[in-house]
Amino acid sequence: MLNIFKTFLLGELIKGLRLTLGYFFRKKITVRYPEEKAPQSPRFRGLHALRRYPNGEERCIGCKLCEAVCPALAITIESDVGLDGTRRTTRYDIDLFKCIYCGFCEEACPVDAVVETRIHEYHMEVKGENILTKDKLLALGDRYETMIAADKAADAAYR
Amino acid sequence: MPEIQNLTMNFGPQHPAAHGVLRMVLEMDGEVIQRADPHIGLLHRGTEKLAESKPYNQSIGYMDRLDYVSMMCNEHGYVLAIERLLKLTPPKRAQYIRVMFDEITRILNHLLWIGSHSLDVGAMAMFLYAFREREDLMDCYEAVSGTRMHATYYRPGGVYRDLPEKMPKYQPSQYRKDKDLKRLNEARSGSLLDFIEDFTDRFPKLVDEYETLLTENRIWRQRTVNIGVVSPDRAMQLGFSGPMLRGSGVLWDLRKHQPYETYAELDFDVPLGVNGDCYDRYLVRIEELRQSNHIIRQCIEWLRSNAGPVMIKDHKVAPPERLEMKDDMEGLIHHFKLFTEGYCVPEGEVYAAIEHPKGEFGVYISSDGANKPYRVKIRAAGFAHLSSMNEMVQGHMLADMVAVIGTQDIVFGEIDR
Repeated sequence: MLNIFKTFLLGELIKGLRLTLGYFFRKKITVRYPEEKAPQSPRFRGLHALRRYPNGEERCIGCKLCEAVCPALAITIESDVGLDGTRRTTRYDIDLFKCIYCGFCEEACPVDAVVETRIHEYHMEVKGENILTKDKLLALGDRYETMIAADKAADAAYR
Repeated sequence: MPEIQNLTMNFGPQHPAAHGVLRMVLEMDGEVIQRADPHIGLLHRGTEKLAESKPYNQSIGYMDRLDYVSMMCNEHGYVLAIERLLKLTPPKRAQYIRVMFDEITRILNHLLWIGSHSLDVGAMAMFLYAFREREDLMDCYEAVSGTRMHATYYRPGGVYRDLPEKMPKYQPSQYRKDKDLKRLNEARSGSLLDFIEDFTDRFPKLVDEYETLLTENRIWRQRTVNIGVVSPDRAMQLGFSGPMLRGSGVLWDLRKHQPYETYAELDFDVPLGVNGDCYDRYLVRIEELRQSNHIIRQCIEWLRSNAGPVMIKDHKVAPPERLEMKDDMEGLIHHFKLFTEGYCVPEGEVYAAIEHPKGEFGVYISSDGANKPYRVKIRAAGFAHLSSMNEMVQGHMLADMVAVIGTQDIVFGEIDR
């Protein structure tokens, strides 16, 4: 008898509909993306960059630890003696298509030169743009240095 | 009179209900399935072979990509196997962090499962609600590891970094009033643990909401009750594990029966099904959501009151901290050694299994004493489940096939590896 009532009164369906209707009138949880963004952690691992010291000197000393540790073999480095007699890279390529964004390069770098920044909105239009050369990486580092420095400082205590 | 023949048809690999790249060759007698033949291998990336050519640590990132909806659990299986070979135990705090993130991962996985399963069966709203909660948990992933999915967070000997004391906040924008912004950032004002605790406070009520939408719903019940029934004996013979096995009423949970990390100290129940149909497996997974929530709460409590290292101090396996590496010559040597050559693992073989959200995830490593594994074999739970597809769908209608794929919780990353 009770079952017949349940079948014809559609109780559980109405309960479900009431729930969804309730959400219809509640505050939305979505963000309006390009103008408004979801929070991002300082540990975020996005696009790579090469940093410089405050006096403008490249940090990278061409030790090739990042090249050795890269699981996807995305980094290619060639090095030589630079103008000031120190060891410098002559070529530093990161292939963004191979990169799996594991963060090992940043972890391995003994001079904090290669970092993964919080930039994640980038794209390529032409074939070959996926390879970040040394110039591009340094330019990225120069452009976002304040942001990178702040992120690394926020996380320094945990590393 | 014309002869009536069975029709052979393809289900997938592009079918949206085929969960990725499953191709099923179905032999149909009208609407009734006579035989189902799953074809796999479309997502094969050779993870096991790749791992043979890299130092141990470098494969951690590839483990995330196996079952790409329960990332940290895969890492856990791999890392645990290496730790057993090296005979080392991570610090207690690292173990609790791992357990907490395993359970967060379990919730993540079950939320995706309930969303996609109900979407396949015809309930649209569940998908949206499940993904709303996933967003919060993804933020936990990001706060701790730096990525929302492929974390690369567990390491042999512990975890990479301790839990952050600050959560990232929503920034002011032209579309949000200050009051709204304050409301959004309220849970984020404290540490990551506060954020997770806030989530665990809210979550049981949200699971109630999912149940309001599904458990009693007549359409949901018509689509799942008595579909894909597996008897307990048969479930064991087919090599089922996890919720698939427990849905049939077999009490087997590696967290209880072969406790690893700190599960022995934690209080939780293992839900069991009775009939072994899709509906029971649904109920088991719903209860697992609640139990995981309960475990996370216990972990938060412990982690709050017990500070300490999250990585072992043995620099033959774990790299030294940044400061030590920069100040100390020996630290620098260890650092260079570890990031170029890695560490050598004693000869031997080991099988480490964990209770993955989908079942038993095992990693077998055979080592010849080098810095790379000689052989890695991954035991994916989904593979055994998918193998039983023919048996589970025989005699059911075509539409039930979708319900069975859903209930098996298939992810091709781990099946094809």
